[in-house]
Amino acid sequence: MGAYLTRRFLLMVLTLFGMSVLIFVMLRLVPGNVADILVDSAGIADPKEKAKIIAELGLDRPIFDQYLQWIGGLFRGDLGFAYVSERPAIEEIAPRIPISAKLAGLALFFSVILGVPLGVISAVRQNTGLDYFLRVLSLSGLSLPSFWLGLLILMASVQWFGMIPIYTNEPRSFIDEVLLLSIPAAAVGFRSSALIMRLTRSSMLEVLRQDYIRTARSKGASQTSVNYEHALRNALLPVVTIIGIEAAFLVGGLIVTETVFNIPGVARFLVEAILWRDYPIVQNLVMLIAFIVVTVNFLVDMAYMALDPRIKFAD
Amino acid sequence: MRTRLAAVASGLAAFVIASPAFAQKQGGTLRISHRDNPPSASIHEEATISVIQPFMAVFNNLVVFDPKEKINSPDKIVPDLAESWSWNPDQTKLTFKLRSGVKWHDGKPFTAKDVKCTWDALSGKADEKSDLIRKNPRKVWYNNLKEVTVGSDTEVTFTLGRPQPSFLSMLAAGYSPVYACHAQGRDMRSKPIGTGPFKVADFKRNESIKLVRNPDYWKKGLPYLDAIDWKIVPNRSTRMLGFVAGEFDMTFDSDVTFPLLKDIKAQKADAVCEPRPSNVNQNILINPESPPFDKPEVRRALVLSIDQKPFNDILFQGNALSGAAMLPPPAGFWGMPKEMLQTLPGFASDVEKSRAEARKIMEGLGYSKDKPLKVKVSTRNIAIYRDPAVILIDQLKHVYIEAELDPIDTTVWYTKVQRKDYQLGMNLTGLGVDDPDTAFYENFYSTSDRNYTSYKNPEIDKLIDQQSAEPDREKRKKIVWEIEKKLAEDGARPVIVHNVAATCWTPQLKGVVLQHNSIYNGWRFEDMWLDR
Repeated sequence: MGAYLTRRFLLMVLTLFGMSVLIFVMLRLVPGNVADILVDSAGIADPKEKAKIIAELGLDRPIFDQYLQWIGGLFRGDLGFAYVSERPAIEEIAPRIPISAKLAGLALFFSVILGVPLGVISAVRQNTGLDYFLRVLSLSGLSLPSFWLGLLILMASVQWFGMIPIYTNEPRSFIDEVLLLSIPAAAVGFRSSALIMRLTRSSMLEVLRQDYIRTARSKGASQTSVNYEHALRNALLPVVTIIGIEAAFLVGGLIVTETVFNIPGVARFLVEAILWRDYPIVQNLVMLIAFIVVTVNFLVDMAYMALDPRIKFAD
Repeated sequence: MRTRLAAVASGLAAFVIASPAFAQKQGGTLRISHRDNPPSASIHEEATISVIQPFMAVFNNLVVFDPKEKINSPDKIVPDLAESWSWNPDQTKLTFKLRSGVKWHDGKPFTAKDVKCTWDALSGKADEKSDLIRKNPRKVWYNNLKEVTVGSDTEVTFTLGRPQPSFLSMLAAGYSPVYACHAQGRDMRSKPIGTGPFKVADFKRNESIKLVRNPDYWKKGLPYLDAIDWKIVPNRSTRMLGFVAGEFDMTFDSDVTFPLLKDIKAQKADAVCEPRPSNVNQNILINPESPPFDKPEVRRALVLSIDQKPFNDILFQGNALSGAAMLPPPAGFWGMPKEMLQTLPGFASDVEKSRAEARKIMEGLGYSKDKPLKVKVSTRNIAIYRDPAVILIDQLKHVYIEAELDPIDTTVWYTKVQRKDYQLGMNLTGLGVDDPDTAFYENFYSTSDRNYTSYKNPEIDKLIDQQSAEPDREKRKKIVWEIEKKLAEDGARPVIVHNVAATCWTPQLKGVVLQHNSIYNGWRFEDMWLDR
């Protein structure tokens, strides 16, 4: 186990290093840099002014030097300066992380809390009216784009309640914040919950046809015990995998939702930074996302062991 | 008795009329939605309403277009940081007497040195080490400025190379604030200081701009508002819904298109909405270095293919204005009369006749329905650019030009234009001042950075200089119209329509005077107040 963990840790470090090189090089392959864009935003394209900005930002230095400076800074906890705002990148990124983290957490919570139980119900009530309804609901969840759903929610709120649940002022309390974020979280989590529901259903159906389920039933176990203690636990393995993947995909969903609900989170900020070729912001944020994805993957692998004692990680 | 009562009543009425200040209420936070992330807070470095609308309230100019007037006119320029001004007899030296006792937001005194420092930076005469202004999109405005000299702390003189009657108008524009000499460029871009009615409390990128009342503002009793809270809301539907729901007191300037205006009025009947020309026009960039557009007759055929009506009907529900390079009257001060406009190529009322002429030209060059000229129409990949480009592509088919849309990432648009890496481009041009000097020097003078098509015509350059120096306004208008005519005939950035859009605000917001011939002026916010 110890050797496995060490191997996984080294693999994580290697993945993150690969990511850092990839993002650094890819960003510089995209046409235009921040100097082009800063000058372009003023409606001019003066090569002298552009060259001055390039020199000021150190973009004229060899790419390897630039990479070393960034990575070195990262190890020292120095994320560099944002090109556009000219403020330390950490000051730009740090306040936005908790907002997106809460939104993503809530969205994931909604998708699991809805997706798993509804998937189980749909499976145990297979081919009933309720099953059909839940399948249609999940299909709509998969096919409705979250920005469209978000706009519908906003329009309905304005029309029926005369208010709009967008983020204009910092919420006064934690409860206020949870309430404010729960609507966009539901909008973004709807798709994930549909996916989780469909996967839980199919996984449950497969497990419910296993011999040991029949044995449990013949031993007189209650329906609830069969469904939740015997079947669900075994059906959860693929579901946990998909939850892990969805956690990473949520970032994509957040970009749109943060824009529609005007939430000042990292996802929207990342897109803006990419458009401006604000390398320090993009590089650091992508590395953060990569770190989260790698960590979640690791935790999912660990969860397999807890869910299925038969799984052992060989040393 | 009756006479005495009448006298008292008329006296009271006169008092009420003469003392509007009694009606105004102090306090409150004005909440406005902002359409996008301003590239910086430094007005001198940018060329977008996204910067000027929120940050003009932080600064003062030497002089300013009268904020109470809807039309910016050279006759309606009022003092700001300058108490008065005077020209020397040969109209080449403009001396300003400055206010004393004015302080920057950091408490340091404002002096004539700040004025010199600002215009030295703008005209490229600043110290090499000065980083006050890193980029300068309006360099061409000050080509005729020879030097700025300080007479005393309260006196400064601008020396011009030749008389230029419009120079004062340019100083009155929202784009001409006075910067603090002791400030760093980086600070001016992120949290600028000025002498204006509001201080920048916070500028959070992609989130908000918070301005708070300057308690030491040199205009006593102003501003009325305690704060202005701008929220950056990139999604237009969210911005509009936010305004309808009462989350915002005012929309971003000209953010409300005509279809949206209908929605807003239906959902918020008490909203005050004012459609007005923005002095932003839609025009075509024709690359004269890209064959066959190096041939004047092909450019002419292209111009003759344009039917403005579908552009106007589809994009503005028929509310846009027809005009050449200058905004047409009555909102525009310099544009040519309608009857003259209709004689220009691309403006004739009989479009079919014009297109028949264009087809003849194209046939003469070997093009036909079966052998069309294949081109690309490049434009920024955003709806306000893309939509007119699509209509243009449709119209070009009538004159044997088969065009394909080439949407360009908006961030590299001008870089591509500068490289001349396009054949045809759909462009929007906004004017900071409704004045021929800014319009012609910026967009058509052979040496300008913003002459995107590199249009070079020595005759036009000469006429531009001539109108710029002409003191008689009527004579000058005639030269301006001659220039407009020649530009249209040359196919130099042919104008399709002049945009009109609406701005809405809550009825509780008072004192809003939108400027009708430039969206870039009149955003000091010091006279606005909230009645709640």
